[in-house]
This record gives sequence, structure tokens and C-alpha cells, in this order.
Amino acid sequence: MVGLLLVGLGGLLALVLVVLVRVSLVLRAGSRLQQQRRRRRSTDTGSVSVSVLVVAGSGGHTSEMLRLMDSLSPSYSPRHYVIADTDRMSEDKICSSERSRRQENSEDQFFIHRIPRSREVLQSWSSSIFSTLRALRFSIPLVFRLRPDVVLCNGPGTCVPLCVAALLLGILGMKKVVLVYVESICRVQNLSLTGKILYPITDYFFVQWACLRDKYPRSIFLGRIV
Amino acid sequence: MKTVFVTVGTTCFDELIECITSAEVTQVLRARGYERLVLQVGRGSFLPDTDSCSHISLEAYRFKASIAEDIQQADLIISHAGAGSCLEALSAGKPLLVVVNDKLMDNHQLELAQQLHADSHLLYCTCSSLTETLRTMDLSNLQPFEPGQPKNFANFLDKALGVR
Repeated sequence: MVGLLLVGLGGLLALVLVVLVRVSLVLRAGSRLQQQRRRRRSTDTGSVSVSVLVVAGSGGHTSEMLRLMDSLSPSYSPRHYVIADTDRMSEDKICSSERSRRQENSEDQFFIHRIPRSREVLQSWSSSIFSTLRALRFSIPLVFRLRPDVVLCNGPGTCVPLCVAALLLGILGMKKVVLVYVESICRVQNLSLTGKILYPITDYFFVQWACLRDKYPRSIFLGRIV
Repeated sequence: MKTVFVTVGTTCFDELIECITSAEVTQVLRARGYERLVLQVGRGSFLPDTDSCSHISLEAYRFKASIAEDIQQADLIISHAGAGSCLEALSAGKPLLVVVNDKLMDNHQLELAQQLHADSHLLYCTCSSLTETLRTMDLSNLQPFEPGQPKNFANFLDKALGVR
């Protein structure tokens, strides 16, 4: 009986180890995408396009995100915006931002997808865990269907299940998705909860104040970028 | 007409609205040459009457789709510590006085207002020090707030992803 338990435990441990090794391999594969792109470019017509999954949160997060999106070249296409299903404001903001883009480049494509919100403002932590799991159930099929090159996010709770889903694509060896996180300009001394969760798993983690760069050595600091 | 615009965003901050419309504060504002006071009071329970002030012309409303016009018309903006309000006022290049609601604990938005104050982009006080701050403030000491550079982010990402 004890022997059987030990074998089971050993098997479980081995499985955890394999998954951990796989996760660390995926996390370190950031530069491989660049090589893939170079390869694709040399065989293609010469222009590179990057499909982006953009997590637009609520209010301030969406405004900051759209300022970042405005700065990206038309190579970042198609752009898939994911918003929480209870969010009405963001859709209008995204559409008007995209309209002003469209005048410059008619080839551009964008889509809006809705998923359940991970965490409403002031929601308790324990119930957040359940709603995040629920959001994950919607995030995984969405991310697996879209298979974006890049996930770009900046703080709302919805980022977490989407990034986890994108990471899962890599762990399963289906596609290495580059995870880019930009901490809100509001965060000067401490990362947001989402930031703390995503710091270890993102490929490029941007902060906007020197104080945070000093605390988080892996972060990228280019001054204020929104 | 020299105008002060007071904004509390989506919060309620009755203490600020009561304080700013008091005879003491409106007299100080008048003495500094401000003739018009526009209040955005949000979810607060106190919406002052237009004719409740003898020293200054007063307008008050709860919400507008966009406060951009009121910001443009203002010569001084008095705001709660909300990041959105602070950034909108500073981006418009207007002098900004942030009044902290010291009854709100653990407000993470304070971080940004405090940092911007440390960098001399805005003035900073509480309701109890509002009168004194308005009386003694020197707006010429404020440093201009340069806009953030999203282009730096785009260039970094282009390089990292091998775009172009």
C-alpha cells in the first residue's frame, strides 16, 4: 500500500518536473520568434505582419492601451481586442481609435471579442479566483483559435487568464506567443496585482517609473510611454 | 473671465465641494483674480446652488460626457487625486492643485499624484490646508509636464520582434 503511494507520488513529481522544464523552456524562447520572423520574411513577399491580441480593460487602462496601439505601425495586423462583457465604454473608444487609423491604411484589420470579466472593482479575492477560472474557460478557446503572435496587455484582471492561455499554447508546443505587459503609469512604487502575477511569465515587462525598474530588474524602463 | 475648474471624477468628495464653496475660500479665489468657479461634483450628495455664492460666479454639475472643454477654459484646475483627472489636466498644460481626500485609506492612485508633486508638476494639499495653499501658491514654480513617448515603446517592440 505504502509502495503504491510512493510510486504514485513519484509519478506525480516527475510530471510536475516535466511541466516545469517545459514552462521554463517556453519562457526562454522569446528570441526564437524573431528568428521565425526573419525566416518567414525571406520567403514571403518581404512585408512582415504581426497578429496582436490586445487586452483592453476598463476606463484608464483602455485609454493607456490605445495610446500604445496608436504608435504601432500597420505591420501589427490583424489586431484582436478583447474586452470584458460588462464594459460598454471601451468598445466606443476602440472603434474611434481604429477609425482614425483606417484613414492612413485601408488594409488594416481589427476585431473585438468579449469575455467574462475576471474581477470587478472591489470584488473579494476569494470570489475573484472563481471568476478568473470562469474567464479562463473562455480565454483558452479564444486564444487557441486566434493564435496571435503577440499578447499585449496593461493591467486589468482579464490579462491573467488570457496570458495563461497564451502560455499554454507554448507549453503544448503549438505556438510560442510573445507576452508583452505595460504597467500603468499610475503605478509608481508598487506593481498592480496583475503586474505581480504576470511579471515572471511575460517576455517583455515595461514599467514607467524608475522606482519600479530598480525594484524589478527584469523590467524594461523607457521613461513614460503613454 | 479667470476660471477655476474643480473636478472629482467619478468619486464623491463632498468635503472638497463644501470647502471650495465656503465664503473663506471663495474670497481668497476672488482676491487672486478668479471670477468664475465651475464644479464637477460626481457622485457627491452636495450639489451647490448657482446663486449660493456672492463672491464668485458659480456653476455646478455632476457628470458630462467630456470635461475636456471645461479643462480648456480653466486657468486653474483643482482635482481629486485620481490618475485620470490629474493626467488630463496636466496634458492640457493647466496649473493643477490636487486635494487629497485623507478620509480615503489605501488609495493607490495617491502614488501618482505624490510622484507628480515630487517632480513639481502639481500642487498638493488636503481640505484643511486648501485655504492656505490657495492664498500662498506660486503657479510659476510648476514644471511643465512633457507627454509620454509611445514611439519609444513601438521602436523597442519593432526591434524585439524583428518587424521592418
